[in-house]
Order: sequence, then structure tokens, then C-alpha cells
Amino acid sequence: MEKQARPLISVRGLTKAYGTFRVLHGIDLDIAEGEVVCVIGPSGSGKSTLIRCINHLEAFAEDSRITVDGIRVEPGPDLAKVRAEVGMVFQSFNLFPHMTVLKNVMLAPMRVRKIPAPEAERRARQLLARVGISEQAEKYPGQLSGGQQQRVAIARALAMEPKVLLFDEPTSALDPEMVGEVLDVMRTLAGTGVTMVIVTHEMGFARQVADRVIFMDGGRLVEVGEPSEIFDAPREERTRGFLRAVLNH
Amino acid sequence: MNLINTFLNVQVLADSLPQLMWGLVVTLKIGVTSILFGLVGGLVLAVGRLYAPFFVRILIRGYVDICRSVPLLVLLIVVYYALPFVGIRLSPFVSAVTALSLVSAAYTSEIFRAGIEAIPNGQFEASAALGLSNRHTMVDVILPQAIRIVIPPLTNNCINVMKDTALASVVAMPDLLKQATQAQALSANPTPLIGAALIYIALLWPMTAVVARLEKHLSRGTR
Repeated sequence: MEKQARPLISVRGLTKAYGTFRVLHGIDLDIAEGEVVCVIGPSGSGKSTLIRCINHLEAFAEDSRITVDGIRVEPGPDLAKVRAEVGMVFQSFNLFPHMTVLKNVMLAPMRVRKIPAPEAERRARQLLARVGISEQAEKYPGQLSGGQQQRVAIARALAMEPKVLLFDEPTSALDPEMVGEVLDVMRTLAGTGVTMVIVTHEMGFARQVADRVIFMDGGRLVEVGEPSEIFDAPREERTRGFLRAVLNH
Repeated sequence: MNLINTFLNVQVLADSLPQLMWGLVVTLKIGVTSILFGLVGGLVLAVGRLYAPFFVRILIRGYVDICRSVPLLVLLIVVYYALPFVGIRLSPFVSAVTALSLVSAAYTSEIFRAGIEAIPNGQFEASAALGLSNRHTMVDVILPQAIRIVIPPLTNNCINVMKDTALASVVAMPDLLKQATQAQALSANPTPLIGAALIYIALLWPMTAVVARLEKHLSRGTR
């Protein structure tokens, strides 16, 4: 296959500070279409902030440059366009509690893509079947388990047919017995060629699913490589230290 | 002396009842109109206070603070007796509705603002991440949740507006209270006043019950 001329996501010199405290120090990163990238690292290393910058949920320094499919990510009229192409799954699900599961999935396609209700419903039901919760379509999010809610959130993000899906620690708020069902859905997605950027603490999952693993620490990309390189033969001492700490407990 | 005959004279009450009913209609007209204007105005002010440009936010804040600190009776008298000096001559009905709506909108905006601010940030983020416009975020996601939160305080405000309509009697509005005081003067007996009080209670007591049921209904199936 011919190598992509232009990366789907391009990050150049991404800098972000809260007041005088810098959380991201000039990050450069390209992500190709169809690529699955897992971002690992200690808490406070800036990994969530990094992916939240990609759809501008976090504002960043003006001389930084992020483009998604060629469109620059910046405040203004094009931002909603970028966001419609970038799906996001949150740690705390953030489903809309006053709507049924089905309506949660239907809302954005109807409002943003102007898809008629019957068509939106048909596609929402397909997606809910895909994440294994067809039977819960008429329920409210509050009636579902955490794992089920997160799968709805994935279906809701997929409903916009985004070019890329961002996952911000999608299993960190789940009870341990529910982590597997969410990771299974994500694993299946990764197999279908969806571009995914995943911030995670699930090292086994990252090793198995990622095309590339990024280790972040102190607001910098410390090491980037294939899973086997990062997990089996890390070059940086900080990577080794982190992996020792998370894998031996 | 017969207390019943003085305060709850059946004959006087029967004679004044048609007049009191006319007054009730006027009271309802003033109250409902003011409540509706207050709700719409309050919602606009609340959204403006939260999301408008800085300068507009300051103006709204000033408006709200002033309306909350001016006595309603004073505002009403200013509108009715002072504005004609600058050529603005409002009917008693319009004066009453204007004063009540202005103040109600200020209180309502504070209630809505608190309701919107009570919605977790994740709801705004999820909406933004889906590409929803600000308008759709408000209409489809935030306000439906905020309204459930604000129904109890909003009801209290509506009941207050209904009660405050009695102030309209000072600008010669033939509302329930005005009719009652006139009937009292005519019959030289306070029974019409007691009748008016009972009608206010009969009107507003069920309102609280209706809203309690509505609240229960709205909260079904959430969280």
C-alpha cells in the first residue's frame, strides 16, 4: 500500500500552559489514517491534555498548530466541522441522562448532519447492535451499568462517522469486571480500520491493539514506537521505570 | 357581637362574589402575562449573562442587581406615575405587567443561571465533541436538564408574581384586591376582603401541588 502523503492528524509544536505551569512542551506528532495509537504514561504527564487539544476541548498556545484532515483546529467557524469529524469517548461517559440510549446516539447525526429521524434511528440501532446493547435502546443511561454506558458512548461517537476516534481513559472509571467488555468493543473497532488515539492504562490492550505506542512524561513524548519496541525493548530509562512500576503489581 | 356575621357574612359574600370573580379574572390576566414575559426574559438574560460578550454580561448583571434591589411597589409607581412625565403613558394593565415582568425576569434569570451552572461540565464537553452548535447544545442537552433542576425555585417565583399582582390595585387596576376593597367600602363589611384572601389561597395552594406532581413526572427516568 502506498504511504499516505498527508497524515490525518498533524500536531506541530503543541504547547499548553495553565498560567505559568507548562503541561505540554512543543509536541510534534503525525497520525496516519487507519492507525491505532495508544498513549501511555504516568498521571499528570499530559496525555489526556494532548488528545483533548486535538478537538480543542482544551485551548492551546496560538503558535501551536494542529490539523485534522487538512483543517486547522482553532476557535472559529471551522471548529464544529473538525469536531464533527473527531469522535470522543470520555472517562466518565458523559451520556445525556435525560434521553434514552437510542436518542443519545441519534441526536448529533440529526442535528449536525441533518439526517432524517427514521434514517438516524435505523443507523443508531445498527450501531447499538454492533456494541452489543440493542436490547437497552429504550432505556435511560442511568439504568445501565458503567460498561454498558461506555459502549453507548462509543456508539454515539461512531454515529457521526468520524474520521478519528479519541479515547480518554475509557476504562478508568469502570468496575474491573466491566473493563473487558469495553476493550472488546474497541478491539473490534481497531480491526475495522478506524483511526483511533487511545489514552489508556491497559498495557496488555495497548500491546495487542496499537500500531504505535507513545510514552509521555512531563508533557513530552519520551518514546514512540511499535508495541514490541516500547514494551520489550524500551530505550529510555523513564519508559523502563514506568513500565516496571505498572507491570509489576 | 357576632364574629361570623362580621367577617364571614354570607349575604355580603354572595352579593360581592360576582365582583370578586371579575377581579380574579383581571388578577389572572396580569399574573399569567407577567409570568410568561418573566420566563422568556429570564431565560434570555440567563443565557446572555453566561455566554454573551463581556460588555453585555456586565449590563445584564447591573440590570439584574437593580431589579432585585428595587421594591416592586416603587417600580410600579415609577412606571405608572413617573413615566408620563417623559411622555410614556402606560395603561394600568401594561404598567403592572411591565413592572412585574421586569422584576420577575431578573429573579428568573438568576434561577436559570444557577440551573445551567449545575449541569456537569462533561455535558458541555460531550456536546462540543459531537460538533453540536451552541444553540443545539442549549436546546437539546443543557436546558432540558436545567429545567428539571429549576422547577421548584421557578414555581416559588411564579407564586410570588401571582401574589404581587395585588400591588396593581394601587395603580387603579380592578384586580381581585381592588374589587374586594371596593366591595368592602360599599357593604361596610370586611367579608369581601376575607373572600379575596380565600380566593388567593384557593388559587395558589393547588398550584404548588400541581407543580410537585409535574416535578415527579419530569424526573422520571433520569440519573
